[in-house]
Amino acid sequence: MIKFDQVSKTYPGGHRALEKVSFELGKGELAFLTGHSGAGKSTLLKLISLMERPSAGKVSINDVDLNHISNRQVPFVRRDIGIIFQNHRLLERYNVFDNVALPLVIEGTHRKHITKRVHAALDKVGLLDKIKCQPSTLSGGEQQRVGIARAIVNSPPLLLADEPTGNLDPELSMEILTLFEDFNRHGTSVLIATHDLGLIARMKYRSLTLEHGRMLQDPLAIDPLKGDYLGGHS
Amino acid sequence: MSLLFKGRGNQANSQEKSTFLKLYFFVLTLFRHGVHSLGEMWRTPMASLMTILVLGLSLTLPTTLYVVVKNVQKVSSGFQEAAEISLFVKESISEQETQTLVTRLGLYPEVESVSFISQAQALDEFKQISGFGQALNYLEENPLPSVVLVTPTKRHRGADSAQALLEKLEQEREVEFGKLDIEWLERLNALLGLLKESVFTVGVLLLSAVVLIIGNTIRLSIMDKKEEIQVLKLVGATNTFIHTPFLWTGIWYGIVGGLVAFICVTLMLWWLESAVSLVVGVYQSSFVLEGLDLSELMLLLLLAISLGFIGSYLSVRKYIREIEPEKV
Repeated sequence: MIKFDQVSKTYPGGHRALEKVSFELGKGELAFLTGHSGAGKSTLLKLISLMERPSAGKVSINDVDLNHISNRQVPFVRRDIGIIFQNHRLLERYNVFDNVALPLVIEGTHRKHITKRVHAALDKVGLLDKIKCQPSTLSGGEQQRVGIARAIVNSPPLLLADEPTGNLDPELSMEILTLFEDFNRHGTSVLIATHDLGLIARMKYRSLTLEHGRMLQDPLAIDPLKGDYLGGHS
Repeated sequence: MSLLFKGRGNQANSQEKSTFLKLYFFVLTLFRHGVHSLGEMWRTPMASLMTILVLGLSLTLPTTLYVVVKNVQKVSSGFQEAAEISLFVKESISEQETQTLVTRLGLYPEVESVSFISQAQALDEFKQISGFGQALNYLEENPLPSVVLVTPTKRHRGADSAQALLEKLEQEREVEFGKLDIEWLERLNALLGLLKESVFTVGVLLLSAVVLIIGNTIRLSIMDKKEEIQVLKLVGATNTFIHTPFLWTGIWYGIVGGLVAFICVTLMLWWLESAVSLVVGVYQSSFVLEGLDLSELMLLLLLAISLGFIGSYLSVRKYIREIEPEKV
């Protein structure tokens, strides 16, 4: 689904955010992306959602090289990716329904379908009863779930989450992760950036670790030829 | 339309749509955006009202100047006519020959009437008007020529055609030279030209001001919605989608500003009407102050809409591009 091939990113000013990062996330896979703040997690997500372009190397999604995507095509790529933010980024001027409906409105979906899908998405995150509320009247966990509903309302094949549990207590975090697992079971590839190591430990998913812009060994990735850990000796 | 995942249709595309239907939805969306942005303006009534008034007044000034030029032109068109051509008869021509000239000139199709002022009559008139009466008595002979006054027909009173007629009349054997008093007419025309020119210049300046005002208003509105634009870009909105509401706002400002200008001009004319009728009464003429007619109103609105569109387009192009999700 996502493939990084020797990707480096240097920001103007010389800060090296990523250095020769290579990894692959399979179709329908769920993986965590961990590392200290400043390790390059956000940059990596930004490269996938085309908020940034790599300085070197190749990022591809579903075998489409993102270097070949022009700026005009960027919006259409983003429609295939559901993005969830730590600060949920809801529009305060609109109510929950309008916020969740946003990706569908942009695609020009028919009103009838919008209503149906927004209801389905809100039902999935358990907030159907808050459909007419303003985001500011909701709790932190609820706002985060509205953000998730917005990310999944058009059933994207790929979900990216940037510290989705950052501001939540462990119980709520677990709840959110269960949601992700649920989407994953329905075939969506999910990549979750988080520094909440306790959370990761409790779940048996692959985790990719970044340190100072480099990808560390991937303990769960086993080289099928050697029957050994990948990159152990190289 | 999915670039990455072939076969992944969204709701909009999963239903087979004909070109006609697509166009219909396009227009519908455009219209919805229009109504929506009108609602947005309604949300901040004070700010919108002030912008609209500034725009209205900026448009009122050039419109008023236009109306002034139009009315002055109408008044002066009454002066555009050369009423008389004076033909000075050669000294050697006898009185009788002059009479035949008068009869002959009367037969010209371009001539309405001809009158003759003999040397003696001319002298009498001059004595009366000039006040040199006594002095003139000392002259041994009458220095004044006989004059034939020719009044052209209505069709030949225009500056150019009267000039042409004059040249034709000067060909007559008995005529020394002719004179057509159109100098003042040329001066008036030059003055009018100057007025038009200055109206044009002032107009261009004020209309550029309109573009700048709308551009700035839209810029502020973009800055205000920065976060919203970022989120829209993140969930995959195209630039067109983000631009449209702002362009609509510019267009609405243009429409309403144009209407305000129209109302201002109409009120002003209504107020001036009584003053004008007073002046007209003194001159015993039948002048009616003319306002903007329907086609001129449409032109004003069209101009205002274009200016609104240009102003907002400039802002939208420059500032929305700068707002990118990563620059948080």
